[in-house]
Amino acid sequence: MKSYRKFRCNYRSNGNPPRSDRTHRSKIYNGRLSQSRALFLLPSLTGVSVFVLFPFGDVAKRSFQTAMTKKFCGIANYTTIFHNQAFLLAVTNTARFVVVGIPLLLVLSLLLALMIDGSPFVQGWKSVYLFPMAIPTATMVLIWKLLFSGNGLLNGLLRKRGVPPTDWLGSDASFVVLVFSYLWKNMGYTIVLWMTGLRSVSVERKEAAKVDGASRLQCFLYVVLPELTPMVFTITVLSFLNSFKVFREAYLVAGAYPQQKMYLLQHLFNNWFTNLEMDKIAAAGVCIAAVFLIGVFALQRLWDRQE
Amino acid sequence: MNVFFLNIQKFKQTIKQEWNDNMKIIPISTVHHKAWFRIRTFFRRLSCNITLGILAIPVFLPVMMVMCASIKSGNELTTLLAPVVNSGAGEIQWNFFSLYPTGGHFFRLLFYTPEFFTVFWNSMKIVFLILLGQLFIGIPAAWAFAAFRFRGKNILFLLYLCLMLLPFQVTMLPSYVMLNSIHLMNTQAAVILPAVFSTFPVFLTYRSFCEIPQELLEAARMDGAGEGSIFLALGLPLGSGGILSALVLGFLDYWNMMEQPLAFLQDKTLWPLSLYLPEIDIAHAGRALAASVITLIPATFVFALGQDYLEQGIAASGIKE
Repeated sequence: MKSYRKFRCNYRSNGNPPRSDRTHRSKIYNGRLSQSRALFLLPSLTGVSVFVLFPFGDVAKRSFQTAMTKKFCGIANYTTIFHNQAFLLAVTNTARFVVVGIPLLLVLSLLLALMIDGSPFVQGWKSVYLFPMAIPTATMVLIWKLLFSGNGLLNGLLRKRGVPPTDWLGSDASFVVLVFSYLWKNMGYTIVLWMTGLRSVSVERKEAAKVDGASRLQCFLYVVLPELTPMVFTITVLSFLNSFKVFREAYLVAGAYPQQKMYLLQHLFNNWFTNLEMDKIAAAGVCIAAVFLIGVFALQRLWDRQE
Repeated sequence: MNVFFLNIQKFKQTIKQEWNDNMKIIPISTVHHKAWFRIRTFFRRLSCNITLGILAIPVFLPVMMVMCASIKSGNELTTLLAPVVNSGAGEIQWNFFSLYPTGGHFFRLLFYTPEFFTVFWNSMKIVFLILLGQLFIGIPAAWAFAAFRFRGKNILFLLYLCLMLLPFQVTMLPSYVMLNSIHLMNTQAAVILPAVFSTFPVFLTYRSFCEIPQELLEAARMDGAGEGSIFLALGLPLGSGGILSALVLGFLDYWNMMEQPLAFLQDKTLWPLSLYLPEIDIAHAGRALAASVITLIPATFVFALGQDYLEQGIAASGIKE
């Protein structure tokens, strides 16, 4: 929590003198951006407004209009998507993926980070687990297909062990493939995040706990874990952002219309886009943006109150 | 020579003495003296490393498989892949060693497949133009957020953060609306321009610019330096870590870019590698594998060179704002 306060302060005051000093207005700071300073921000701001902000406003407007005639139709588009089978399926699948995948990723990577932290080859293990981040998804497509197809390597291995083979891409087991590829890709990223958290835990407190006779498990539960909680929020948010990229693997391995359990919101958006169903995309996009931002801010509020 | 030798002996002795002294100074709790404690620690570490090693196998195995398969001869690949291609009878028999290793696939890919070159350079062009654009547009913006105070800064920064959080699927339609109205659809600019204005690098470099002490900038201003020269002479060198990590993270992400070209590029001659590769028919597995290996090379290169910056970047993205 200490570190959190510090950063928050950094963000608000940004290393500038404290608030009381701000009444002093010199030539250096007059409250407005001078022309030369505005030039730094202007290109980026223009681009962001032109490519995202204004069009997003337009899209939000469109979500209340019919696709062809552009007449105002109230919340008709929203009711349409919430009665749309494909949309409901995609939402359930994405929610299930997030609910299963992210906790799994967090716990597994924390365990790995703890193991790496205790080993003498910290740097080496970090690079090993980070490596999948560098591997382009496209290079792995053929291998994923080899591994997971009906007569593939994984089933061959299972058959040797006497386990009945599963159709990994054609049955409900496809969900496992999805989660596996997500874990494979994001493990290193999350491990590095946990490691920064672990490194910030004070050594003195750990030593003190040990001297007081705490076991390793107790030391972890009561000393290390409480100091890691501020990290949980950021890691969750970042894992959530990265979870949307799992579409790449899913799309390349199984195409635009994969098995039902694998059909994510990203597939749906892509298919709507190719079919030019703009009114639906607009409505669904606004919904997702709202859920995203409200979710993140609610999480942040929750975390603030806990501290 | 003799004198030199003697000196070394003496040096060794002093080192040994110092080492012993130091070992005495380090406070060691009573438990550490027991032999079983050391043995237990040793085995604990060993088991940790063994577990880590076992878990690392699935990380490297696929890459090894691509590499090994890419030098297998055509016939061997056909028999190997037959069960998967026909989805019929038979079981796949994997063999890491190829019976007739050949570089033929690479040769054919590089010298007889002109479209591969087009696609490769498409990828290069897209990635480098995006990164260049981010350098010229995103980094000054990050500097403005970090070094200046102005009205509405907090709100603007919050806005940038929110935009960073939105997934591509949400910004897809807005970008499409804009690109369509300025007739950029189905050109590479449609992929490049929205990515140039991505707010993620702004956020990352902002973090490293924030670590520059404000007093330094004030001092430079007092001495009469212009804002531009302060940025070039102080900001860029001092914030280079953040800039490089944004570039490394950006390269790895954009080299792997799929959603944007899939939505905005219909013309296959404009596609990047990441879309072209899966298009290769499994009947031409050799070519696909060779292309896979070649796609892997730049990414691995950047990863190996910029790993420190990559880690810094990840750590910086994790710091709560």
